[in-house]
Amino acid sequence: MPLLEHSERMLDGPPLDGRSERLDAHLARLGALPRGADNRDLIPSLESSGLLGRGGAGFPVGRKWRALAERNASRAVVVANGAEGEQASFKDRVLMAGRPHLVVDGAILAADAIGADEIVFYVGSEHDAAVLAMSRAIEERRAEIGRPVSVVTAPVSYVAGEATAAVHYINGGDARPTTTPPRVSQRGVHGLPTLVQNVESLAYAALIARFGERWYRSAGRYGSKGTALISVTGAVRESGVREIELGTTVGEIAAATGASPSGVQAVVLGGYFGTWAAAGNVWGLPLDPAIMQSRELTFGCGIVGFLPTSACGVAATAEIMAFMAKESAGQCGPCVYGLRALGDATARVAGGRAGAEELGQIERWTSQVRGRGACHHPDGAAQLMTSALNVFGDEFVHHARTGRCSITSARIEAA
Amino acid sequence: MKEARLRVDWILCDGYGLCGGLAPDLIDLDEWHYPIISSEPVDRRFMDDAQRAVDCCPVRALTLDRTPPRPRPGPG
Ligand SMILES: Cc1cc2nc3c(=O)[nH]c(=O)nc-3n(C[C@H](O)[C@H](O)[C@H](O)COP(=O)(O)O)c2cc1C
Ligand code: SF4
Ligand code: SF4
Repeated sequence: MPLLEHSERMLDGPPLDGRSERLDAHLARLGALPRGADNRDLIPSLESSGLLGRGGAGFPVGRKWRALAERNASRAVVVANGAEGEQASFKDRVLMAGRPHLVVDGAILAADAIGADEIVFYVGSEHDAAVLAMSRAIEERRAEIGRPVSVVTAPVSYVAGEATAAVHYINGGDARPTTTPPRVSQRGVHGLPTLVQNVESLAYAALIARFGERWYRSAGRYGSKGTALISVTGAVRESGVREIELGTTVGEIAAATGASPSGVQAVVLGGYFGTWAAAGNVWGLPLDPAIMQSRELTFGCGIVGFLPTSACGVAATAEIMAFMAKESAGQCGPCVYGLRALGDATARVAGGRAGAEELGQIERWTSQVRGRGACHHPDGAAQLMTSALNVFGDEFVHHARTGRCSITSARIEAA
Repeated sequence: MKEARLRVDWILCDGYGLCGGLAPDLIDLDEWHYPIISSEPVDRRFMDDAQRAVDCCPVRALTLDRTPPRPRPGPG
């Protein structure tokens, strides 16, 4: 895949075959971790690098570190977020399993920069190889880390990776979001100001610390600079994690992973939180967060999922909505009942068991759940649903009117 | 007087919908009796209704927030 080769930065080095890069190899390849005299030196560099958080929300990493570094309280905590409960995403687990020391590097730098007393690696408990690799990496570097450090395994759940849920769990509670304010940056682990940062964001910070922001910005074809990990799934020959230069197009990713334009109907971008787009409209789309946002699409946590022409977009959406409903943390009424209603109604449409009036209800519930939860889970579900109605609108109507799917063109088996 | 917005703590709210009856011009209820509230500041004319709904919420889930809204999901 020549197109992607020059963008291999994070994934440069030994192949990602499940074996983790050991400390000596990591040091031989990248050199020692630079830990400056003034620990805060890295913050301006991160700010001008333009690095955005890779956990989904895309918040600037440097700005977040600065806000924590300039806090009033003395003590603070860093949480490296590797929960990755998103079904279609696997870049975090692959990164942690393959390059654990890069993640540890980033966490050390963050703790130095903001003056944190403790580091917690919060890793999805189902990601066995990642848990093992991170635990071993920490053991090897305890002295260098120089502060209390632990691996906390996150329960298997979609919302467990949300920042307040992560903090609540680390503090001994359940992995469910809590009401903000207070934000975790004000009151997090042990009640202390806490930096919750995605593991990929931390690993890139470790590369920027070594090679500088100019180096980072030398990749990136449009406004958004740098490179990113993406998870490619669906109608491809080789699903898996890739590293791309920002601005690489959907079509180039398809070509590199063996998805043919004629075999793809639609693309889900950003994740279950994200947006559907018709394949024809986005083949030339650059994966550049700013450009995507201007087109009401999401980079999210870097998911590119190809829906084959042989599949039903309504059924695919119903599957996602059922998952989102099931994964509601069950605390906020509008999220619990609204997502359940949406999931059930979408399943009825997909199954040819809905009337036309049901589409109106789906639209109403979609706009109703937005912003009505303690966390952004319902907003993500609404965003996905809105894009589904745009992209598969005709097919929703066809299902509701005729009880048939025009892709499979058969009467749907009532489930 | 500063602008104020009604805010719901969704984890606390029990969905009995009491607030909807007390401030019908400001609060709609969905089919599960959870409040639907505009994110716009409360119209001065209805400030008393808003305050009454806040005072009567049995679980203190409803508040009048006088701080400006956050534009975007910010740092965790
Ligand atoms: C429902 C939900 C689930 C989330 N799951 C994850 C996750 O698994 N991993 C992650 O890094 N961020 C997750 N996030 C985002 C975190 O709240 C937080 O923004 C992120 O960890 C911050 O790191 P970043 O700025 O480097 O992206 C989730 C957010 C929501 C609303
Ligand atoms: S909005 Fe949904 S997922 Fe988020 S805390 Fe409330 S019930 Fe849980
Ligand atoms: S009165 Fe309070 S608890 Fe009841 S629905 Fe309104 S906000 Fe929720």
